[in-house]
Amino acid sequence: MVPLNYYLILSAIVFAIGVIGVLTRRNLIVVLMSIELMLNAVNLTFIAFSRFLGSMEGQVAVFFVMAVAAAEAVIGLAIIISVYRHRQSLDPQEMQLLKW
Amino acid sequence: MVSSETGIVGYDLLRWIPLIPLLGSVINIFFGPALGRKNAGALGCAAVGASCAIAFYVFFQLPAAGIFRDVIYTWIDSGSFIVNLSFQADALTAVMLLIVTGIGFLIHVYSLGYMGHDEGEARFFVYLNLFIFFMLVLVMADNLLLLFVGWEGVGLCSYLLIGFWYEDVNNTIAGNKAFIVNRIGDLGFILGIFLLVTELGRQGIWTLDFAELQKHVQILSPATIGLITLLLFVGATGKSAQIPLFVWLPDAMAGPTPVSALIHAATMVTAGVYMTARLHFLFSLAPATMSLIAWTGAATAVFAATIALTQNDIKKVLAYSTVSQLGYMFLAVGVGAFSAAIFHVFTHAFFKACLFLGAGSVIHALAGEQNMRKMGGLKAHMPKTYWTYVIATLAIAGIPLTAGFFSKDLILWQAFSHGAYVLWGVGLVTAAMTAFYMFRQLFLVFHGECRADAHAQAHLHESPAVMTWPLILLAIGSVFTGWLGAPEYLWGSRWDHWLEAIFGRAEHHGSMAAEITVTLLTIAVVAVGIYWAYAKYGTAGARIDEGSENLIYRLSLNKYYIDELYDFVFVRPFTVCSRVLAQWIDPWVIDGTVNGIAAIARGMSWVTRGLQTGNVQHYAAGFLVGALALLAYYIGQF
Amino acid sequence: MDAPTLTFLALATLLVVSSLLVVLLPNVVHGAMALVTALLIISVFFVMLQAPMVGVLQVLVYAGAIMVLFLFVIMFLNPAAPERSHRVWLGFAGLLAVLLGALLTAMLIKTETAADPIASTDLFGSPEMLAKSLFGDFVLPFEIASILLLVAIVGAVVLALRERRL
Repeated sequence: MVPLNYYLILSAIVFAIGVIGVLTRRNLIVVLMSIELMLNAVNLTFIAFSRFLGSMEGQVAVFFVMAVAAAEAVIGLAIIISVYRHRQSLDPQEMQLLKW
Repeated sequence: MVSSETGIVGYDLLRWIPLIPLLGSVINIFFGPALGRKNAGALGCAAVGASCAIAFYVFFQLPAAGIFRDVIYTWIDSGSFIVNLSFQADALTAVMLLIVTGIGFLIHVYSLGYMGHDEGEARFFVYLNLFIFFMLVLVMADNLLLLFVGWEGVGLCSYLLIGFWYEDVNNTIAGNKAFIVNRIGDLGFILGIFLLVTELGRQGIWTLDFAELQKHVQILSPATIGLITLLLFVGATGKSAQIPLFVWLPDAMAGPTPVSALIHAATMVTAGVYMTARLHFLFSLAPATMSLIAWTGAATAVFAATIALTQNDIKKVLAYSTVSQLGYMFLAVGVGAFSAAIFHVFTHAFFKACLFLGAGSVIHALAGEQNMRKMGGLKAHMPKTYWTYVIATLAIAGIPLTAGFFSKDLILWQAFSHGAYVLWGVGLVTAAMTAFYMFRQLFLVFHGECRADAHAQAHLHESPAVMTWPLILLAIGSVFTGWLGAPEYLWGSRWDHWLEAIFGRAEHHGSMAAEITVTLLTIAVVAVGIYWAYAKYGTAGARIDEGSENLIYRLSLNKYYIDELYDFVFVRPFTVCSRVLAQWIDPWVIDGTVNGIAAIARGMSWVTRGLQTGNVQHYAAGFLVGALALLAYYIGQF
Repeated sequence: MDAPTLTFLALATLLVVSSLLVVLLPNVVHGAMALVTALLIISVFFVMLQAPMVGVLQVLVYAGAIMVLFLFVIMFLNPAAPERSHRVWLGFAGLLAVLLGALLTAMLIKTETAADPIASTDLFGSPEMLAKSLFGDFVLPFEIASILLLVAIVGAVVLALRERRL
């Protein structure tokens, strides 16, 4: 059997990759996609624990994470559309109105 | 209304004695302009008159050894330390009440005439009534703290009244000087009160009531009592114009003459004497302080008298005379003759007020002239003023059978019989000088040819009845009030008997023969003074005082340059310090510190606001840094 | 190295590579395709971990609906401008992420899981089991999640609406 650690470490790596995406990319859509990546990494962790502890609760958690991720992706994209309409740009670094 | 405990009787009427003048003052503040000047003045007089009537009534009700007390409410109630707002009337207070309200009433009436043409007449009566209120609080207080309230209040009113004609800035300066010098004395007074309370409190007794203090002060150590009495005496020197804090009184002559009569002759300046008499049980326990008081009094008496010899302003002569007579009072206090001191307060109030009001009458008649070189020959034009002035001058010089004779001789005899021969000698010399300068003034002002300028001469007239009647009444007082305190070889003293309950049985040292000898010596010395004055100024054709270049003369005329000395030693360094503080320390150090703190805050915020880039990804990175820190911490925990 | 481990390693490598592609490819559409690949691989993992129902849901919902939505938006917006990048920031952020991965790994390596997974029944991860948990213990969160989805729908419509109606 594949030990639990392996899944957890894999999940951590994918999560870190998602973090790179969120912090570095200058396209809002890619940022959103990186967030989805992070969420999926977490899902993987949940399922792995669910299997190794024999409890259904992990899978239920994943179910809810998926629901929330869906809602969040929808709203996020709607916001991106609004922002694009106003500023004709998808670069987060150009949106600095709150700069001191 | 009247309920009794042993010896102390509760008496609701007492509170009206000070309250009626206060009401008069308040009504005049708010409704004075509406009432009009004449009515405001009449209201002021009526208020003091009512107060006077009640005071007389209380006086006649008061049994010799009794005390009336009227507790209004509890002012301070802190653990076992209780201070009430309450008034008392015992024999000593009754005497002071009669002086304050009686002479105060006469002076109010006089002011109707004197201030009759003045635009600010209503304001004058507001201040005058307020003064009477505070003075009454002072003499009727049954605890030291309330006395101090009255003390401060009369100082305030003195300031207001000296600078009454405020359009002339010199008057305001004089008012400031009076208030500030008084303040310096008050500092001593307050420290004395603090020390008294804390030292008694250390022994477990927390009180400032006179009755309680009298019972308990013996438990304090002599050194403590000496310090307390010294500090209290400092306060007295300020209020009663003794060396070194007398300098404000001559300048206070800038105020209207009724003010000089009431405040700076009859009442406020005697507050210091009253305070020492009220606390006689405390002072009696401090022989060193008593000695200091006696010497200060004597020194002040002779010092002021020497200055009065050469002054040319009619009011300045009287001012220095007041300082000198106050010195006599403290001389009496210092040798332990409290009853004699209060007796002199009583008689002095009459003749000094009479003198000041007479001077006011002269000034009023000459349209404001105050220089005696420009007076003369007024005898014919102002007979009533002249004759009352003569009587008062006889009294102050100490001519036999006048009030001044009895009170001053009593003081000199007490000094002699207690063995203070040097002090007695000083007092004797001062008596001679007093006779000289007072008669000099009489001759210069009323006798000889009229040297006034044409404008004043045209204005010359006897004062109206509202001003001369108070003069007459005061002159009568100047003679007959003294008869209350005659020595044994005449008809005995009712005065000592009256104040026995307070001060204890009057002791009689020395023989009657010695007493008579001393009195005759005094009369002789006074006669010399009067003769010399007559020779210089009274004979027909005597030349008026042109002054001389003599050093002693110049020192006397310029009051020994004491104001200049004080200015150099105290005022200038103080001003320099103030300037340094105001122009250097305040802007640079204090403002600098405050602004510096603000600048530091601004600097720190300048540095840290770099974090607010507006870029969401940067903020997310911030999140991450925090999460990493937590993570590292937890890993460290394993 | 036995078969399950090999399979795992192969799939893990593919997963990591696709994630990297999502994050690194300049073209957004290519990135979206890489994300779809990653999601599918993860669903394989789910099935391997005896969560077939969730795995199917992953394909249907995530790879199916959500990614289609992404692609719709990408087409709709059609961003053309290439991105500029800031070297220093890249370095700093990259460092942070690597640090995160390293720390997590360091922590997770030590997790004690020598034991075999707990024996589970055939029903484990099946729709019945999922439904039993979902509509039994977790019915309240379920209902709230449905309200959440409703809010999301309304919100999306409102946000994306053109403003001419005002």
